[in-house]
Amino acid sequence: MSDLSIENLHVGFPTREGFVRAVDGINLSIKPGEIVGLVGESGSGKSVTCNSILQLLPSPPAQFGAGKIDWSGKNLLSETESSLQKIRGKEISMIFQDPMSSLNPYLPVLEQVAEPLVIHKICGWDDAKVRAQEILQKVGVSHVLKHPRSYPHEFSGGMRQRAMIAMALITEPNLLLADEPTTALDVTVQAKVLKILRELCTDLQVSVLFVSHDLGLVAELADRVVVMYRGKVVEENETRSIFRNPQHPYVKALIACRPTLESPKDHLPTVEDFTGDSERTPSYSPVHPIQKKNIDHSRPLLETKKLVVKFHTDEGPFVAVDHVDLSIEQGKTLGLVGESGSGKTTLGRSILHLIKPTGGDILYRGRIVGPHSFAKRNSLRKSMQIIFQDPYASLNPRLTVEQTLIEPMIVHQIGTSMNDRLEKAIALLHEVGLGEEHLHRYPHEFSGGQRQRICVARALTTEPEFIVCDECVSAMDVSVQAQVLNLLKSLQSARGLTYLFISHDLSVVKFMSDHIAVMQKGRILENGPAEQIYDNPKESYTRTLIDAIPRANRSLNLTF
Amino acid sequence: MDGSKIQAKQMSTPESSSLAKDAWHRLLANKMAMASLVLLLLISILCIFGPMLASHSFDQQNLDEVFQAPSLAHPFGTDNLGRDLFARTTYGGRISLLVGLLATLVSLVIGVSYGMVSGYVGGRLDAWMMRFVDVLYSLPFIIFVILLMVLFGRNFLLLFLAIGAVEWLTMARITRAQTLSLKKAEFIEAARALGYSHLRILLHHLLPNLLGPIIIYATLTVPAVMLLEAALSFLGLGVQAPMSSWGSLIQEGAEKMDAAPWLLLFPGSFFCLTLFALNFLGDGLRDALDPKHSKN
Repeated sequence: MSDLSIENLHVGFPTREGFVRAVDGINLSIKPGEIVGLVGESGSGKSVTCNSILQLLPSPPAQFGAGKIDWSGKNLLSETESSLQKIRGKEISMIFQDPMSSLNPYLPVLEQVAEPLVIHKICGWDDAKVRAQEILQKVGVSHVLKHPRSYPHEFSGGMRQRAMIAMALITEPNLLLADEPTTALDVTVQAKVLKILRELCTDLQVSVLFVSHDLGLVAELADRVVVMYRGKVVEENETRSIFRNPQHPYVKALIACRPTLESPKDHLPTVEDFTGDSERTPSYSPVHPIQKKNIDHSRPLLETKKLVVKFHTDEGPFVAVDHVDLSIEQGKTLGLVGESGSGKTTLGRSILHLIKPTGGDILYRGRIVGPHSFAKRNSLRKSMQIIFQDPYASLNPRLTVEQTLIEPMIVHQIGTSMNDRLEKAIALLHEVGLGEEHLHRYPHEFSGGQRQRICVARALTTEPEFIVCDECVSAMDVSVQAQVLNLLKSLQSARGLTYLFISHDLSVVKFMSDHIAVMQKGRILENGPAEQIYDNPKESYTRTLIDAIPRANRSLNLTF
Repeated sequence: MDGSKIQAKQMSTPESSSLAKDAWHRLLANKMAMASLVLLLLISILCIFGPMLASHSFDQQNLDEVFQAPSLAHPFGTDNLGRDLFARTTYGGRISLLVGLLATLVSLVIGVSYGMVSGYVGGRLDAWMMRFVDVLYSLPFIIFVILLMVLFGRNFLLLFLAIGAVEWLTMARITRAQTLSLKKAEFIEAARALGYSHLRILLHHLLPNLLGPIIIYATLTVPAVMLLEAALSFLGLGVQAPMSSWGSLIQEGAEKMDAAPWLLLFPGSFFCLTLFALNFLGDGLRDALDPKHSKN
């Protein structure tokens, strides 16, 4: 048994903009058997801290200042590579974020799980494989017992992450570093993986450093929470105390800005509300130049009737969307919840005819929408828009913001002259909380939240009535997520927009939506007013989704 | 709104930025690339005007002055027939540069548009287009050229055509592979959701993002083409004596390396310098076209 203590750690990177202090003098200690949560937004230095412990950062470019990482009498910062290799995987193990890429696709899972035992000369291959089977059974990957030569691609994401956990714990290390281990997983899978992680670590008396951007998630697991902000530790306390009585404004904001299922709100608090820090979001002053469109309550704006989308795969036809009936009233939001693979993204795209529906009808203002409705100019392409999940991938990296915003207006002949269009683009930028100083920049110069604002502005260039928001905040930190959700809400009330809001996160959907539809395996299981779905779910699947959401107040028996 | 109106007018005039303009500014800031550009220009000028400046014509034989080392009369020396190597090198440069750049350009235009269409449309058309490329790949190059010569007679233009017709195949393959991975990107889907036409998506959204690998491959194609030309000339299918090209001069020089090293040295260094310059320029262009590489 040994404990880890980090004293005054400094890590920096030289960049074109100067020397960036990613980690700026932090102290952190983990006692044997303790589970410590390390929380912060992206760029706060939490992953850099985590990777510094096992010296996994490429150095150069990383530069370590004074300070040390003490592990059973050794300073890990000054150990040689060969002595670090004896520690890695044996005394300290690590789990990574992406289960899809952290297993070698060319080796059977069983062999990969057994390998650490052989490498660290704990036992031979035969014994190692037996022990690997035992631990894989413990984490619930019993598939390997029947098929010992199965490869990673035969496993789902959750299964792979369980196998990763087995691989990390097979050597019975003293410390486990888990860097966002469940971020890439669905909520229901996340809940299961967390449960296994907690049980195994308690059994084996492994101490854990659990790195995550989600404070609510960390509360489910950790004994103690350390919050990092801009490379510094801003608060550190027992989990219960930090939720009961947060001290630092940033921590208060983190607790407040996550949408909850219990309390309906029109507006989420953001970090700026607490820190009074205006430089984080420049000039957020929405202007509402567009008049609300006349709202027609006599019929729904959009309806789908028995919509079917089939794909042809090697294993035969696959029904992604199975006879779906939905209707959305103008000015309202329909939330669509489901796990990955439930067909919700396919449904959203088929409504816009980005994926061709196989059967059924889509009605927009009572008229049937076909491929021709999108082909003509002044067509439905103007009225119906989409915002994607990944703001890093959905902007053309070689176009400036100005070009990105003006191009749709040129194509749809909106605006009388280029100057007119430029004015409109600037007004849109103001509306989403950016300014004209951003016009000549390229997408990579913006943060994720700012990029998503640009995507929102681009979707608004054609003055649409209906927008599909496809997991549009799923890739974001909670604090940034709150800003974007607020923006979408204020745009809705200003412009009378109608949203189809797709997400796997029921709490986010609940915050945004008037109605909620729950989707599983291509079918709509349940459809009704948001409050009703949450308070009185008819389907057990909906119940599972609700229960899987990490809620600090529930697990800690707190009331707010 | 008035404020932004004035702003809008100021901005729309000269400062309006586009990728091409930004790329040019970034290229200007890249010293290595600019030095290479200047060097290429110098070599081109020398090749255009060199043969006129030389005291001897490139094909003038002088059997009294064979294998002369470089001197004032013959700055690069003379060859086995007493011909002035300076005149021959610069004259050969005309042909090599012309073949290298033109054939690359031809293969670039055909290969990129073929590959983009094939990758973007996908499905059955893609399969047919790529099988056609496979068929052309499997044709022996030399036989193909001889066939062309038989059909159309020996012609300098045919050289471009023959080399271009072979080099575009790899270019099409590379472009298609890049297009396949790029067309799934969300910004392409976003472009479709905004109602852009396919042509617009191809030219405005795909092409600029394909330029990086294309430029790198193009700079690799230029030397390959110059060497191909030398091989064809050696077989008597390309440039014929007394005309010269860098490739054929290097070949001759390599044979007589022990007796007259300058025969290899001068055309060889011109060839190498050109290739170095092209590579640096290519790297510079690729970085310049990528907004992420901006240094300000």
